[in-house]
Amino acid sequence: MNTPKELKYAKTHEWVRFTSDTECEVGLSDFAQDALGDLVFVNLPETDTEAIRGETICDVESVKAVSDVYAPVSGTVTAVNEDLLDSPELINNDPYGAWLFRLSNVTDTDELLDAEGYEKVCAEEEQ
Amino acid sequence: MKTLFERSVAGRHCSILPACDVPLKTPDHVRTAPLRLPELSETDISRHYTELAKQTFGVNDGFYPLGSCTMKYNPKINEEAASLAGFTEVHPSQDHVQGCLEVLATAEKYLCEITGMNAMTFQPAAGAHGELTGLMLIKRYHELRGDSARNKIIVPDSAHGTNPASSAMCGFTVVNIPSAEDGCVDLDKLREACGEDTAGLMLTNPNTLGIFDKHIREITDIVHEAGGLCYYDGANLNAVMGIARPGDMGFDCIHLNLHKSFSTPHGGGGPGSGPVGCKSFLEAYLPGEKIVFADGRYQLAERGEESIGAVRSFHGNFLVVVKAFTYLLTLGREGVPKVAQNAVLNANYLKHLLEGTYEVTNKGVCMHEFVLTLEREKKETGVSAMDIAKALQDYGMHPPTMYFPLNVHEALMVEPTETESKETLDAAAAAFLDIYEKAKADPEAMHHTPLHSPIGRPDEVKAARHPVLRYHFDD
Amino acid sequence: MGSYIPSTLKQQEEMLKEAGFSSLDDLYRDVPEDLKLRNALDLPEGLSELETAKRLRRLAAENKVYDSVFRGAGAYKHYIPAIVKSVVSKEEFVTAYTPYQAEISQGVLQSIFEYQTMICELTGMDVANASVYDGAVAAAEAISMCRSPKKKKVFVSGAVHPDTLKVIRTYCWAAGEEVCVLPVRDGKTDLSGLDNEGTCLYVQQPNYYGVIEDLKAISETAHGEGLTVIAGVEPFAMCLLETPAECGVDIAVGEGQPLGMPLSFGGPYLGFMAATAKLMRKLPGRIVGETEDAEGRRAFVLTLQAREQHIRREKASSNICSNEALCALTASVYLAAMGPEGMKEAALQCYSKAHYLAEGLEKAGLRRRYEADFFNEFVTDCDDPEALLAKLDEKGILGGLPVDNGILWCATEINSKEEMDALIREVAA
Repeated sequence: MNTPKELKYAKTHEWVRFTSDTECEVGLSDFAQDALGDLVFVNLPETDTEAIRGETICDVESVKAVSDVYAPVSGTVTAVNEDLLDSPELINNDPYGAWLFRLSNVTDTDELLDAEGYEKVCAEEEQ
Repeated sequence: MKTLFERSVAGRHCSILPACDVPLKTPDHVRTAPLRLPELSETDISRHYTELAKQTFGVNDGFYPLGSCTMKYNPKINEEAASLAGFTEVHPSQDHVQGCLEVLATAEKYLCEITGMNAMTFQPAAGAHGELTGLMLIKRYHELRGDSARNKIIVPDSAHGTNPASSAMCGFTVVNIPSAEDGCVDLDKLREACGEDTAGLMLTNPNTLGIFDKHIREITDIVHEAGGLCYYDGANLNAVMGIARPGDMGFDCIHLNLHKSFSTPHGGGGPGSGPVGCKSFLEAYLPGEKIVFADGRYQLAERGEESIGAVRSFHGNFLVVVKAFTYLLTLGREGVPKVAQNAVLNANYLKHLLEGTYEVTNKGVCMHEFVLTLEREKKETGVSAMDIAKALQDYGMHPPTMYFPLNVHEALMVEPTETESKETLDAAAAAFLDIYEKAKADPEAMHHTPLHSPIGRPDEVKAARHPVLRYHFDD
Repeated sequence: MGSYIPSTLKQQEEMLKEAGFSSLDDLYRDVPEDLKLRNALDLPEGLSELETAKRLRRLAAENKVYDSVFRGAGAYKHYIPAIVKSVVSKEEFVTAYTPYQAEISQGVLQSIFEYQTMICELTGMDVANASVYDGAVAAAEAISMCRSPKKKKVFVSGAVHPDTLKVIRTYCWAAGEEVCVLPVRDGKTDLSGLDNEGTCLYVQQPNYYGVIEDLKAISETAHGEGLTVIAGVEPFAMCLLETPAECGVDIAVGEGQPLGMPLSFGGPYLGFMAATAKLMRKLPGRIVGETEDAEGRRAFVLTLQAREQHIRREKASSNICSNEALCALTASVYLAAMGPEGMKEAALQCYSKAHYLAEGLEKAGLRRRYEADFFNEFVTDCDDPEALLAKLDEKGILGGLPVDNGILWCATEINSKEEMDALIREVAA
């Protein structure tokens, strides 16, 4: 399992890449994409949506399941990765390149984990 | 094999219509888009569909133990009755339809007797449609009492997916409650979930694990005491019809699947019929017209202001009701419980033959169906429920329902029905056991089953990622 | 009494014993005694097949089958080619379940794929689903596709079939949406009440009164208000008139009964639904897609299933599970037998014959109510519809449907000139 050190993570398996103090990109972790299997569609949020930490913001589909994606922090959606609409497999192939959406005015960052903390969460879940 | 469009030859056609015997006219704005329907001879069409039929597995092709679907034999006399011109050539808004109305009225009477309900509508065209209709009755009931805070429907986690989806379509919030260890309703969890916002509970009994919930009276009492109503999902009625009635269990409204318990064919996905029955206090809310017998004849009458309106045009899937009615006439009072008893007997017999080898979730008596779990095998050898299901195809039988109910991992849900013989069940059990041995010996080989079908396992990921939902012409 | 139970009593005894039960009653040991029925059901005794057949034949004979039918209003009599019934009575198609197991269901899956293609061709739309219960439910489901968390108003033309309007009202009431019915002027939908507060507009083409609406202009106006445009369309009319796609419609739905299904006192019928590619993932119900197996062979599967109730549960936009697959097959076989030229010819005959009938009835004293052009139905004024219809009834003619002091007439390719002349003579007499 790949867990880049420079990223932050949520217990709900999203990664966060800060591009400034108040802006970030969000994607799904390698652990998450592996558990979900081949993704076939991503229901992206609309821009200007207010993301609230811990609440469902969008979902991803595999052939036989739908899984909610939770906002790892609070903020405003400024962009979504439209490449994923035609190529959801990008998440499986390159989870840390395939960002889902970007947030501005980011707050509620205090519960984010570092790579080490997140790996512990994954290890617990595997059991 | 080729599609109809690939068989098409420009200029080829069947001879169906005579030349027009009145002057031809055309409207102002005519279609300019091409109309690329296939151009075929009757021979082409006949052979095409004969070939498609060969690649379709029906109840008459072999054992079909698809759990929760009650794939019993579809009697021929039912089909013959429903194809009588006196039923097929009747316009839905014409007069002189005493025969049609008598069928509907009598079917209503018999089905109410079997379920312990007081009135019924045949408008709903399928089970899910019936659920939606039943929930609308519940919504109307609370609305007319001014009890508008009741917006929650309680659904156990073992329920069919249609239950929560129907609730949501009706504007309710769904409260999922986990099942108890034995797969039945957890009474404490139910009590916790019930309150002033409870609109109702949706339940099937026997449940999706094939267990008759002994506490059913207590369950419906808890919901009623909280002010909610109880909805019975009739998908599993085949196990108990003529033995026990949802009405006596405390349910206020129900739907039936005539294409399950009442032997009408499923047509590769429909048409079905999902009549909704209710107790007297909900009758005024039923949709569609009601049939009354007055002055020596049957008549259609409008329901009053309190009716929810209509959920389908006209009188529902009428010919399906004709088939179910024919079946009811054949069974009669002795036949109905016989059917249930033998459905339960067949399930218990097959379960008994399998349980030494396969893990069965239900250790005690089952009703019309039981659930196997391949969780252990999946973990230890990688052989999944799907692998077993696919392998069964090579034994000339339709696989059981896979991956349902959701509260069992690697589930296979088996429902043999009463119309299968002891020999068929013995042969099916032998197939199950043979596959189990093979899976133990060579788990890897199981992933490549089925071996004898027209195609191997299709790439579902490709189908969903890059949907091709229609034939694309070359031009 | 019949029950279709093959096991003999002796076998039942053996099975009971082997599985550890003492009797059939013992199978129900988990059912509380006080819930068990004490007396037999209050049903008649079961009948032999011979008796059942007689009873059903007697019931069928109590319904009147007319020699000629001039009534449509949501249910249309067309000629049904013999090949249609032959194909759709094949046991494999009749007795199969929903094609969950693709490997042994390629036949039914391919037939649905072909059906979806034909519906796309008829309507000009990009994608179609595998069917819903009927045309009225298709309309209600299309409106559900447009649901929004912010807007709670739905516009519906006042010139749609009354049953469709009723079903829409019921579905919208349940979902907490307000239905705003647009008035009808000179037989056409009056759009002056439209605004941008709604999610969608539902219109019918041709409308309930048979009138051909100016669908292109309707779409433009409704799009101008940000509304999704849903058209309920008649399949024969689609072969002659501009398609919903040509008119800019977003979702085309309709009643497929005219495509090879008999009148059947109202069902089974067929709701078809098609939409633009943009709305593909909002379509309810089953959808079949093409893919391949590991060896590269063409294969068909149920796809985009994550939209559906069995996966999305309470978050699914529809609860539909069983649909009208055998009716969809009926429509496919019908369309294959008619072919493109046959469908255009039938549509042209419907249009021409309805116009011939309208002229004849006008001469016989029944004035056409609306000036606008119509497809295969039209309304005439009539002082005493009931008396006229009763007179026709005696001659074995099912006249049009009474609608507010008038009659809604219908003609299709099945009505010969001779039949129409006979009707016109009766009206004039």
